[in-house]
Amino acid sequence: MHAEREILFRESAAAALLDPQLRANFRRAMDGLISKRQAQFPDPRDLQELRDLSTAIRSRSLLRLPELLEQLEASCTKNGIQVHWAETCEQANELILGLLQARGAKTLVKGKSMVSEEMHLNAFLEANGVEAIESDLGEYIIQLDGETPSHIIMPAIHKNKDQIARQFSQKIKDAKYTEDVDELTAMARKVLRQKFLEADAGLSGVNFAVAETGTLCLVENEGNGRMSTHVPPLHIAVMGLEKVVADLESVAPLYAILTRSATGQAVSTYFNLITGPRGADEKDGPREVHLVILDNGRSRIYADPELRATLRCIRCGACMNHCPVYTRVGGHAYEAVYPGPIGKILTPQMEGVGVRHDLVHGSSLCGACGEVCPVEIPIPEILVRLRREATHSDPGSQVAGKGTGRLASEDWTWRLWAAVLKRPALYRLATWFATRLGGALPAGVPLLREWTRTRTQPVPARRSLSERMRAEGGSHD
Amino acid sequence: MTDARTAILGRLRAGGGEGPLPPLDTAVMERRQWPPAERVARLRRGMEAVHTEFLDATPADWPAVVRAFCDREALPNLMFGPASEAGAALAAAWPAGGTQLLPYDRPVEAFKEELFTTVAAGFTGTVGGVAETGGLLLMPGPAEPRLLSLVPPIHLALLRASTLQDSLWHAVKALGWGRSLPPNALLISGPSKTADIEQTLAYGVHGPKRLIVVLVHDLA
Amino acid sequence: MREVYFYGTCLVDLFFPDAGMAGIQLLREAGVKVIFPDGQTCCGQPAFNCGYWEEARDVARAQVALFPRDLPVILPSGSCAGMMKNHYPELFHGQPDEAEVRAFSGRVYELTQFLVDVLQVQLKDLGEPVKVTWHSSCHAVRDLGLKGQPQALLGQLAQVELAPLAREHECCGFGGTFSVRQPEISGAMSCDKAADAEATGASVLLSTDGGCLLNVNGTLEAKRSPLRVQHIAEFLWERTHAR
Ligand code: SF4
Repeated sequence: MHAEREILFRESAAAALLDPQLRANFRRAMDGLISKRQAQFPDPRDLQELRDLSTAIRSRSLLRLPELLEQLEASCTKNGIQVHWAETCEQANELILGLLQARGAKTLVKGKSMVSEEMHLNAFLEANGVEAIESDLGEYIIQLDGETPSHIIMPAIHKNKDQIARQFSQKIKDAKYTEDVDELTAMARKVLRQKFLEADAGLSGVNFAVAETGTLCLVENEGNGRMSTHVPPLHIAVMGLEKVVADLESVAPLYAILTRSATGQAVSTYFNLITGPRGADEKDGPREVHLVILDNGRSRIYADPELRATLRCIRCGACMNHCPVYTRVGGHAYEAVYPGPIGKILTPQMEGVGVRHDLVHGSSLCGACGEVCPVEIPIPEILVRLRREATHSDPGSQVAGKGTGRLASEDWTWRLWAAVLKRPALYRLATWFATRLGGALPAGVPLLREWTRTRTQPVPARRSLSERMRAEGGSHD
Repeated sequence: MTDARTAILGRLRAGGGEGPLPPLDTAVMERRQWPPAERVARLRRGMEAVHTEFLDATPADWPAVVRAFCDREALPNLMFGPASEAGAALAAAWPAGGTQLLPYDRPVEAFKEELFTTVAAGFTGTVGGVAETGGLLLMPGPAEPRLLSLVPPIHLALLRASTLQDSLWHAVKALGWGRSLPPNALLISGPSKTADIEQTLAYGVHGPKRLIVVLVHDLA
Repeated sequence: MREVYFYGTCLVDLFFPDAGMAGIQLLREAGVKVIFPDGQTCCGQPAFNCGYWEEARDVARAQVALFPRDLPVILPSGSCAGMMKNHYPELFHGQPDEAEVRAFSGRVYELTQFLVDVLQVQLKDLGEPVKVTWHSSCHAVRDLGLKGQPQALLGQLAQVELAPLAREHECCGFGGTFSVRQPEISGAMSCDKAADAEATGASVLLSTDGGCLLNVNGTLEAKRSPLRVQHIAEFLWERTHAR
């Protein structure tokens, strides 16, 4: 899914900033999530130990990735789960369509899966005559409006209840207008339970795949994940290839830090372990379980020792909850499946760092994301690295679209910058001019024009510190 | 798709995963431990915080406690797994009349519609509980089908205090889940819930609207 | 007599020289001889953060060369100190002069860090009662790892009341080139920070970092707010010296 033209985050973000309702919705929601997470980690030492452990577990999984994937495949196969591999989203979509068509399946109920969003699976299936129904309440809400998720954990977080009330009353048959959250939830329950009952197949994502036992772990609160995976006769799970973990003992700490980081819950309502289809004497459960393992650029990310840390991500969403940029512009402004800080590093690596050049500059590098990330992904450092990749074609780099964001004007700016700053005499001359004339710069010069949109023009002091120290003379070495 | 498989694994191998594996210091998991009596209180606190209801019972009277609940709620029926130990004990002690006991004894395809529309409550056993956060451990299977704890609007679960584990991490070890697992096993901490509308908690979204734990106090 | 180097940083050099002077005076008053090598320019962070590492390295190398002796290097900036301490080693990874640069990085301190952790200064407040608020620069806290040293110094001043910001750890929106590459988002963040500062009722906002100060000050001025900003070094110097 490579973008053709450069997508400007600045433009969509600026548009989002003008929507006060949107900003209020996000700010309120993010403040709530931040304080709930905080409450789950009262002891900073415990938190740091748990982060270190989680980071080590994910790093170990990645170090042994090919071997663990093979082990996962063998264990799943032994358990009766059929494993498929897809290099691209197109391949994965075709694979799933093939499985559905071979069984005459016309309707698919879906538990929440960001990988299926990455694949744009729904649109693909609709175009091929299969109805795909999102059953996570948030996903259902946005599907009714033909929207995409604005957050990886809470897909409808950009909407408030008035908006949802209006939408339900228009789009759900026989629904009355209500802003009562319990009543709205009950409406969705009624519609979706019928869908679970009738669906020919169910689809889910995977939070962790356990290599040793061949187990797919699903974390959820609503029960729609269990419905999608246990009620229809066919269950298809999709996962990015980085999701594998060596053993179930290693999953426990990851699960503990995932729910706490994501929504500030010590535990989710359900933690569902699927290790096979309906057993010989079982009376329910799917007859078939299939696992689709998707690459879509991940193996390329994997090849870079620094960028590989991107694949440690357990998709908790904490980085977006704590991001001062995401909080203000919301998820849609990123024009990407994965928004927020993780999206800023993942999207350019998947779609090309040149066409998403603006995205890697859409950060003040404040570091809030890296500070809360449960698996200690150095997001700011990776952003800087990707800024480099966008404008340079370093030999040995495998980053998609490397060097394609290079602009001659930017090149010259930095060369000039370095030429002046590495020569004290030139710097002295430049500061002399700045201190004498700085306040008189015309407000229209390019960078100043941007600065002064919301700020007054900065005025240099009359005499620089160096000048004063030179005048003082005494303390020079 | 052996082609895709070969290509992907080839790229990953070429990408190189050398380097020593970082050590795992699990002390932070290990030290989450409580004496047995405190485990019960913790589990209860954790689960009540997410709207789980508790019924206290003894090893002898729990079937009567279940029955009393059904009577109180005027439940028309209660579905159970007749081949499970808890299910058999429940059936043996169930007085005639009132709430009807429905055995889940055939493939779901035979009565899927009925399961979704007319069954008022499901009864299951548990294989343990998790003290740290609150939560029940279930291993559905032939004797206790998966949908018993999912589809009916009320889920009643029998939990023996003596089976509580300190944390999920301890439970995985104690139950041997790390080595082999049945087709389905799970942790349940409360009735189904969502916060997808304005971060407002709403219970009973897709799964059970109520979770009732029948807590058997069997600690010495 | 203890000797230290002082590195002014480009923003302090050009926009906040009084803060630089105050930092030097505070050190001197604590009995330290301050050496200010001539020829300092910029730590190189702007180019480094934009991926222009060769250019950043050229400039960084020129700075390192000015501090040959094995003495602490004190900066009145958490962000530049973070750059020199933590990012120089990355920037020079695999370069012939990596060892020399690493040794330099190991000697870098932010001013309040040095005043509290090394010199353990005791300040005496001579000023009138005043209410201040504190902006913890992101790089000072998250990059450099500043842990309450500025607050500890302010806490020594009897007449100074510290009114915390509601969102003390949220970025002010500066972010170097971010402020001009993404002016809309940056501006929105800056306006929120300014409003937060105003709501504390403080008369001055303090920080360790020139970038944040320049940004918040420009924003406050644009909305004609009476709230002032000041570098902590200058504030500490003023409070401990009757005018
Ligand atoms: S990058 Fe870290 S904080 Fe962000 S979603 Fe992934 S695991 Fe969570």
